[in-house]
Amino acid sequence: MKAKRMQGLLAGVLAALLLSGCAATGNNPKDPNEGFNRAMFNVNEGLDSVVAKPLAKGYDAAVPLPVKASVGNFFGNVGDAWVGINNGLQGKPGRGANDIGRLLINSTVGILGLFDVASEMGMPKHEEDFGQTLAVWGVGDGPYVFLPIIGPRTTRDTFGWMVDEAVDPVWWGIDNMAVRNSAAALRFVDIRASLLPADKVVEEAALDKYAYIRDAYLQRRRSQIFDGRPPKQDE
Amino acid sequence: MHGKIPMKRLIALIFSAFFVLSAAAQEAPDVLIKRVSEEVLSIVRTDKELQNGNTKRAVELVEQKVLPHFNFTRMTRLAMGKEWNKATPDQQQRLTQEFKTLLVRTYSNALTGYKNQTLRYKSFKMDGADKEVVVQTEVVRPGAPALPIDYSLEKQDNGWKVYDVVVDGISLVVSYRDQFGQEVRANGVDGLIKSIAAKNKSLENGKADKK
Repeated sequence: MKAKRMQGLLAGVLAALLLSGCAATGNNPKDPNEGFNRAMFNVNEGLDSVVAKPLAKGYDAAVPLPVKASVGNFFGNVGDAWVGINNGLQGKPGRGANDIGRLLINSTVGILGLFDVASEMGMPKHEEDFGQTLAVWGVGDGPYVFLPIIGPRTTRDTFGWMVDEAVDPVWWGIDNMAVRNSAAALRFVDIRASLLPADKVVEEAALDKYAYIRDAYLQRRRSQIFDGRPPKQDE
Repeated sequence: MHGKIPMKRLIALIFSAFFVLSAAAQEAPDVLIKRVSEEVLSIVRTDKELQNGNTKRAVELVEQKVLPHFNFTRMTRLAMGKEWNKATPDQQQRLTQEFKTLLVRTYSNALTGYKNQTLRYKSFKMDGADKEVVVQTEVVRPGAPALPIDYSLEKQDNGWKVYDVVVDGISLVVSYRDQFGQEVRANGVDGLIKSIAAKNKSLENGKADKK
């Protein structure tokens, strides 16, 4: 039974690869490897529909909202030190101080980060990573890449992401392998679950899901690099 | 003697009606966004069917409350980019109609998906002479950073009209530009109209086809 399913999955992946290999490619200058990316996108869609999405749905349905919020807060707090460092590296000491302040307050008053007390105190959560820091330092996007599980990235942000992973406290801060893997898995499922409301929107809105996700991702990154205030583009 | 008072009253009534109407037409953009958002949210919060994901109901709500404040022609033009001028006025009109149906549906879904959250309105300043403004709001979510939603509005004779909605840096409209361009280059403007119409039809039939 299991073997048969596996075979089916493999056949599906292969078919997806073949089909998308032939698919006409558009001509977005930011996506020169569109054929390859589309193939990887289809592999990811397959994996997502049989593994990640069912898990996320189960988690979303089973876990009450306050617990989910605490899970999100906890991992958010773990990440705030790195967010603060990146703000510092980007020459934004004020924002960086806000992030380190958040870490201190939420780790103590917020009980190990389970509650985001700092936000209530007017210290908002920022989204920073090493890819954004590289962008601020002048590194260009590079070609767009889509990889299974990892998802959409620009070339620069793929490097940035590797640095983010290398310094991730969940990977180096937990000695016990079982605990570490469970924590990483929980974080993955929590993030996937937070994207569930967007799923239906994308599913219904997109004429071509691959292109929709690519263009949405590139716009969002641009906005993040400019901290939500990107210069206006032409109409 | 008797007839004069009602006449005066009538004139006063007409004047006040006129005043109310023109005040509504010149409602400031931030006030407009806040009023409509709160109206819609309060309905979403109390309507059980909406919370259970009844899309038809959500579409009705959006059509009634939100649609009058949107400029769909401008939205379609923005989504088309430089391809817009390749379309005849008739094609532009049909395209706008189909795109409007698709956008209303998308927006309605986004609305029901985010029912647990509250909205925050950022402080807004504008010049009296401004013809285009951006009103910034934020969805406050438990356990995640606030989700910014920016509305771009333009001034028209009958009030301010939204021509783009940007969610977390992602424009609902600009996200279509590559897809539209791709389709127009492959199958022409009529091909694009056909494919949006087909998409709308499949959604209407309740099957979000997985492509």
